Amino acid sequence: MDDTICAISTAQGIGAISIIRVSGSEAIKIVQSIFSNEIKSKETHVIKYGKIIYNKEIIDEVLLMVMRSPKTYTKEDIVEINCHGGYNTTNMILRILLDKGCRLAEPGEFTKRAFLNGRINLLESEAVNDLIMAKTDSKRKLSLNQIGGKLTIKINEIRDMLLSLMANIEVNIDYPEYTDNLVITKKLLNEKLNEIAKYLSKLVKESEYGRIVSNGIMVAIVGKPNVGKSSILNSLLDEERAIVTDVAGTTRDIVEGVVSLNGIEVKLVDTAGIRETKDVVEKIGVEKSLEIIQKCDVILFVIDATTGITKEDKKILNKLDINKTIIFANKDDLKHKKIITNFEIVYGNAKTLDGLDNLKNKLIEKFNISEINRDLTYLSNSRQLDLIKKANDSLINGLNSLKNNIPIDMIETDLRACYEYLSEILGERYEEDLVNRLFKDFCVGK
Amino acid sequence: MYDIIVVGAGHAGIEAAHICAKMGFNTLLLSSNLNNIADMACNPSIGGSAKGVIVREIDALGGLMGKASDESHFQIKMLNNSKGPVIRALRAQIDKKVYPKVMRRYLDETKKLILKEGMVEDIIIKNNQVKGVILSDNKRFESKIVILTTGTYLNSNILIGDENIVSGPHGEKRSNFLSLNLKKYGINIKRLKTGTPQRIKGDSINFNVLKEEKGDDHYWTFSFDIKPQYKINEQQKCYLVYTNAKTHKIINENLDRSAMYGGYLTKGAVGPRYCPSIEDKIVRFSDKERHQLFLEPESIYYDEWYLQGFSTSMPRDVQEKMLHSLEGLENAVISKYAYAIEYDSIDPIQINASLENKIIKNLFTAGQINGTSGYEEAAAQGIMAGINAVLKLKKKEPFILKRYDAYIGVLIDDLVTKGIIDPYRMLTSRAEYRLILRHDNADIRLTEKGYKIGSVSKEKYEIFKKRVNEIEKLKQILKDKKLHINEEVKEIFKINNINVPASNINLLSLLNRPEISIEFLKNFVDLSMFSKDAIEEVEIETKYSGYIQKEYRAIEKLAKLEEKKIPEDIDYTKIKNIASEARSKLEEIRPLNIAQASRISGVNPVDISLLLIYLKKEYSKDENK
Repeated sequence: MDDTICAISTAQGIGAISIIRVSGSEAIKIVQSIFSNEIKSKETHVIKYGKIIYNKEIIDEVLLMVMRSPKTYTKEDIVEINCHGGYNTTNMILRILLDKGCRLAEPGEFTKRAFLNGRINLLESEAVNDLIMAKTDSKRKLSLNQIGGKLTIKINEIRDMLLSLMANIEVNIDYPEYTDNLVITKKLLNEKLNEIAKYLSKLVKESEYGRIVSNGIMVAIVGKPNVGKSSILNSLLDEERAIVTDVAGTTRDIVEGVVSLNGIEVKLVDTAGIRETKDVVEKIGVEKSLEIIQKCDVILFVIDATTGITKEDKKILNKLDINKTIIFANKDDLKHKKIITNFEIVYGNAKTLDGLDNLKNKLIEKFNISEINRDLTYLSNSRQLDLIKKANDSLINGLNSLKNNIPIDMIETDLRACYEYLSEILGERYEEDLVNRLFKDFCVGK
Repeated sequence: MYDIIVVGAGHAGIEAAHICAKMGFNTLLLSSNLNNIADMACNPSIGGSAKGVIVREIDALGGLMGKASDESHFQIKMLNNSKGPVIRALRAQIDKKVYPKVMRRYLDETKKLILKEGMVEDIIIKNNQVKGVILSDNKRFESKIVILTTGTYLNSNILIGDENIVSGPHGEKRSNFLSLNLKKYGINIKRLKTGTPQRIKGDSINFNVLKEEKGDDHYWTFSFDIKPQYKINEQQKCYLVYTNAKTHKIINENLDRSAMYGGYLTKGAVGPRYCPSIEDKIVRFSDKERHQLFLEPESIYYDEWYLQGFSTSMPRDVQEKMLHSLEGLENAVISKYAYAIEYDSIDPIQINASLENKIIKNLFTAGQINGTSGYEEAAAQGIMAGINAVLKLKKKEPFILKRYDAYIGVLIDDLVTKGIIDPYRMLTSRAEYRLILRHDNADIRLTEKGYKIGSVSKEKYEIFKKRVNEIEKLKQILKDKKLHINEEVKEIFKINNINVPASNINLLSLLNRPEISIEFLKNFVDLSMFSKDAIEEVEIETKYSGYIQKEYRAIEKLAKLEEKKIPEDIDYTKIKNIASEARSKLEEIRPLNIAQASRISGVNPVDISLLLIYLKKEYSKDENK
């Protein structure tokens, strides 16, 4: 209860403004550390204008509502940061706050604090009780869905590697007289930690659950010239004109536009087309395209429905990842034949907007967007990301200490921290795992 | 009428009785055999990883085990000395003949302590409160408090193959009815099992083919205030022995004749995981080509050797064959056969962290009766039960060590919060704050506390104070001594192959750097007046402050949760929405505070939130009144 918590308080979506709420004894101190203007020591219940600055970079222009304890919702110091909506900015500020020492609030935690600090009366407390139950339940369900089988297995693999290493270190400590047991030397520890670090960093990369929420989905539009790429682009953008944001210059890629799909940003990227070429300038463009195709989440491969998949199309399709490619068969008129392919395919007419809904549904289905866009998903995503990051940090800390010649008994605490963070992701508690493992793996004792 | 009666004069009982009398209360220590007090019924050693730290903690609180060990061992080692500072621990080979004598002397010197012989079979209870004990001859002794430290003597049976002998350890009398009577009063009784290996006649062992194990070339002591009692060159050796394919074959062929595997054991009797019998090891680790065993002398006054690692419940003829298959023991003569022993214990979930029983008031338990194993674990509970018995009589708050205060705190918290399945042994991995629970600072952690509650004498406290002052003085000197980086200083760094600091720096900050040792600092400052211990203390705390401070911060957080007390009269059935498993666990364990509650397995963070809300709702009303 004594740490400072933060969370995005506004609904997830595409509103113009998002509010991040920070509550706790360190709230003002933490926000001040990333805010351009001074929050004076006695100021309370005021609105301050300024910029959020992190690593010397301006993140956003914001309004702060500074409310000092006790006349606040939680009776603690509260700062509410009104930032510009959109996932990128809001998320980035949230991440920065977590980095600066805030903890992500549990479901219902602001209300819980309000109650525990005597802000809410007894009648209301029953509601709080139910609220926590309800939210936690749905959160649990959600987490389980999201983590899914594959990821759980991966996390468990890493936990297992850690546990086995720790049990070996422990047996060296608790039973030093048993000389037959493998001794974990610094050299061996270094090897093993590097191996685990490799797995873990891969996991961090792969399992950025929040990635879609925070970065959106990148769709690369690929196809021969004149098959209707730009008309698809324009149709998608036209329809969603109200929420198109101009993000030119924010990324290295040529993002033609951003549309929102159930609150998730879909970035549309046009490519220069893939062709073997000798022209230097064009070659750069092609290389760039290949890079985008590697990086993007979806490849929208546009073909002319009237001609079907041509030889040239086929050549390109062979190079594309079937799992992330959707063929859009664009037709100018009514004549077209049924196209036979293993790829997912959507028929439509970019000009008349026919088939665009099918395309969107396909994307929603592919990324489980209808699930993702639920209120709490974001919380559980961030929580997990936060934990994976912490697990990774612990391991890296251990590796650094090893370089600095810190004894293994100290470094083992980093491994333990890493293990505990990973267990927390799966909602498992660290109980007697280590002791059990020690006696499972090693034959020691009188 | 006594103030306190302690039942059993093993390692728990003597610490309990000693501290009660020392703190000023008339104490009766009852043993079924006064010639058998402080008996080391199993291994001839005290200490070891984690356990050695416990011995130092007992000493820091004013107990006997450390001193008695220092006076009676013939070999001592600092374990893990090269691995790192936080996991070091002492282990000593103890002379089984000398140790009980030394203990007896300490007990005889203790005023207000009376020793008597008698087998306790029942306790006297009035209004759920214990009032004394009843012996096998129906004699009664009355007291305000009873501390049961009955070891493996409750309803015990010895098993050797298909032989099942009604007996306490190595032929001692057992208590037939005490556990039965406790059950009658509502205490849950568990059945546990342990074992001990063969004792072998020394003149029948061919030591020439065995590898020696020596002690350290340094005068270590467990106690913070005792001088070494032996000469280094008089240390005795231990030896290494290995099992081989032949041994494994004999065991595999006779598995069904072992008490364990042949089904001669009481159903449900649980043996310790960390202390498997040799047949267990062969079965569970069938791919291992050999298992390591240790030959340790039991005493310098008689020629018997203890074969650590060879504990078994095989019949006698198989034991002979097994033994003779070992290199160096081809002609070995067994003086005592290995055996398994089954005994009754209580369920530690039913006791408080003060070690007082939740059902019967003024009844305390300590040692194996609480489901632990090991001399050190027993002694630790003994001194804590004794201290808390005294505090109860003085109507004072119980003395409860936290998980970050001592291994003793971890031990008792684990027992009363998690309960036990198999006999509990302390391991360093059980302590989450082991960077702080070190053997070098046991006195700094505990002696001040002990002095405040009265278990530490003024004399011991003065010695402690001197040591603390020495450490503080050393720190101050290092802090005050600023190193000016001139040519001469640069040269010293270069000679030692250490990077020269960029600017002037004081020695304490310099020590923070991984490559700097206090030995190196002696180039710049005279530290000859400081003891090795003080230097070590400052070096550890400074050099590893990054890691150690992290642990202190974690402790601060935990301490805040510990401040959130749960009222004794709480009705868990009234908490809405709490999971039923959590409810029944909370009901059973009745944790003292939120920190303890959150350690109970099956109690989830949501349940803790609901509990907090309930507490606020129910108990803040009272505050308003």
